[in-house]
Amino acid sequence: MPFQFNGELFLQSLVIGVSNGALIALIALGYTIVYGIVELINFAHGEVFMMGAFLASTVVGFSGVTSKSPAFEIVGIAILTFLASIVFSGTINWAIDRIAYRRMRNAPRLAPLICAIGFSFILQNLGIYWKGSVSFSPPPLIPMSLQRYNILKEWFHLPVTILRVRPIDLLVVGVTIPLLAALSWFIYKTKTGKAMRATAQDREASSLMGIDVNRTIAIAFLVGGALAGAAGMIALYYNNSARFQMGFRYGLFAFTAAVLGGIGNLNGAVLGGFIIGILWSISDGFLKEYVPFWGAQWTPSLIFGVLVVVMIFKPTGLLGEQTADKV
Amino acid sequence: MSASAAHAPVPNPTPPVPQHELELASDRRAARRENVWLTAGVLALALYPLLDKAFGLSLLGAWNGIFVYVILAMGLNIVVGYAGLLDLGYAAFFAIGAYTIGLLTSPSSIFVQQGIVPGWMRNFWFAMAVSWAVAALFGVLLGAPTLRLRGDYLAIVTLGFGEIVPNFFRSADAITGGVNGLNPIAKPPTFHLFGYEVGFGPTDQEHWYWLMLAVGVVSLLMIRRLYNSRLGRTWQAIREDEIAASAMGVNLVATKLWAFALGASFAGFAGSVFSSAFQFVEPSQFEFSVSVTVLAMIILGGIGNIYGVIAGGLLVGAFDRILTEALTPPIQALGHTLGIPFLATHDLKMDRFLVFGLALVLMMLLRPGGLFPSSQRAAEMRPEDQDITWQEQETMFDVRNQDEAMMGEPL
Repeated sequence: MPFQFNGELFLQSLVIGVSNGALIALIALGYTIVYGIVELINFAHGEVFMMGAFLASTVVGFSGVTSKSPAFEIVGIAILTFLASIVFSGTINWAIDRIAYRRMRNAPRLAPLICAIGFSFILQNLGIYWKGSVSFSPPPLIPMSLQRYNILKEWFHLPVTILRVRPIDLLVVGVTIPLLAALSWFIYKTKTGKAMRATAQDREASSLMGIDVNRTIAIAFLVGGALAGAAGMIALYYNNSARFQMGFRYGLFAFTAAVLGGIGNLNGAVLGGFIIGILWSISDGFLKEYVPFWGAQWTPSLIFGVLVVVMIFKPTGLLGEQTADKV
Repeated sequence: MSASAAHAPVPNPTPPVPQHELELASDRRAARRENVWLTAGVLALALYPLLDKAFGLSLLGAWNGIFVYVILAMGLNIVVGYAGLLDLGYAAFFAIGAYTIGLLTSPSSIFVQQGIVPGWMRNFWFAMAVSWAVAALFGVLLGAPTLRLRGDYLAIVTLGFGEIVPNFFRSADAITGGVNGLNPIAKPPTFHLFGYEVGFGPTDQEHWYWLMLAVGVVSLLMIRRLYNSRLGRTWQAIREDEIAASAMGVNLVATKLWAFALGASFAGFAGSVFSSAFQFVEPSQFEFSVSVTVLAMIILGGIGNIYGVIAGGLLVGAFDRILTEALTPPIQALGHTLGIPFLATHDLKMDRFLVFGLALVLMMLLRPGGLFPSSQRAAEMRPEDQDITWQEQETMFDVRNQDEAMMGEPL
């Protein structure tokens, strides 16, 4: 069989990859902010993300709004749920730091890491109590017609067969970019952000300069958790399913993205997020057309392979030079 | 003359026993006491099947699973406890051991079906030795690239390997049977001992029990010898201070690779016995939660202390495989009588992750040395060694953390 490049399939993979990448970038930022400040791989971060998704599902179910409700109700409850997920996940992340990590600031590096693994398991178990151990679909919120809507066909009348860009694909990116801009403003323009950068650079010196180090670290956990909560709600409706283990896979992929971009580096986390997202969708949908034995089941191996290779050969990541001393 | 006589050394009537001989004698006494306790413990465990039969408990199958996990915990303790390298992908070596015996002996293995494996190789004992060696080999292969990495990075890379290996076994279904795995697996051949027939059929749980116990005891004796060997001392040296150890002439690469290889080899042991006892291997048996369960065992019991690790393994295992099943009916009955629907339908198996997670968090917060801390550390708690102990705790895993801790100022 002659090699035939299926451009439309490739573009479709890219569309999915960019949406997935935006999600992963949001989660990866949480890893990178926390690692930048306390040099802790917050293993429970994926589960904080999962909690955000679970809360979104519960809030929407509780509100009674469905995909058949009037449009303003749907939009209103979507925004409310989004904010609720953000606050909820941020609070969980903050609470974990307050309960455990703060007491271990001077402990050997592996003690808080083991503690974080413990919290990851505790949160997974709470997820099982909350929603059971099988995967579930969220209460329908997005009207069916909108889910089938192909912008390329309806607006541009392109003769596409496989390629489709749905409103939700745009929404994922459209929600992520403002969040990234807000985060960037917060870190680089506000006084608290400046305190965070100073604490990341040198904790002792910052505390001598009058920065409340514990408060600054707590804010880092809060912000990281909030981004994970936002990603949780988006992932819930983007994938239209959730499971108590969803945080593990997403969390590790996002951690890979953070490491690939250079852990501790915000731009790196976003760049890594998009690279991993695209790699993921290309492996899932595109490669099997060309590699005989390939299938979606190989994706985890591929991404963890990237993780291992980056860690071993370039632990500073793609953009990690600025924070090389941290890594 | 009398002056020189006064200056002549007066022979001491009873020369004091040199200090080092005293210590050796106390060491010997301690070792003897340890062996007496060990023998008593093993005998008590070996007699358990009689008790099980007398009371009709039928818990031997559960105990077999627990013993496998205890062997895993002892092996992981070499890597994490002795050498101080946090390995989050230990289940990968367990999987490699299990799949090695599966691919060598199972009729559903492609190698057996195509006649690549000669018949004499399909023997349980031979396959067990091969599993042991293959797991050790992979310990070196996966350990080698990670040697330069610092503590938490090492943990994540091993976690990556720990995910890739089961993912490979799940995905490469042409070789490994995919999600269905391989079954059946070779059993140890029946043999005769003092005219008593020792078979390993499904009804011979007590023979499996004794086999597991024997593998566990052999592993324990081997690991104990290792710990007291030159290699064991170099492990402790690099755990305490890698740079100082290297300056003293310890070969860091070889020492760490030996830790990975030997740690993995016991997982290979455990994997081969496990898959043979349960007669099948499948990828879902080797998920990340297995690595964390084993880690919880050694952290609960006392990192670095082999007896603590065994106790932690028995505790976690007994909770996991016996208590959850035994306590669920009474709790559900209690829920019925009190009218609490949550309790009435609650299955304690659902609490496993919560309990393991809590064990990790609480131990790290309250008692980082574990329930039974390493005896070496306990001995060092004497007042004259106070500052040594303090420093050692600071550098338990990561030498680079030391200067940060020295800054004093608690943040």
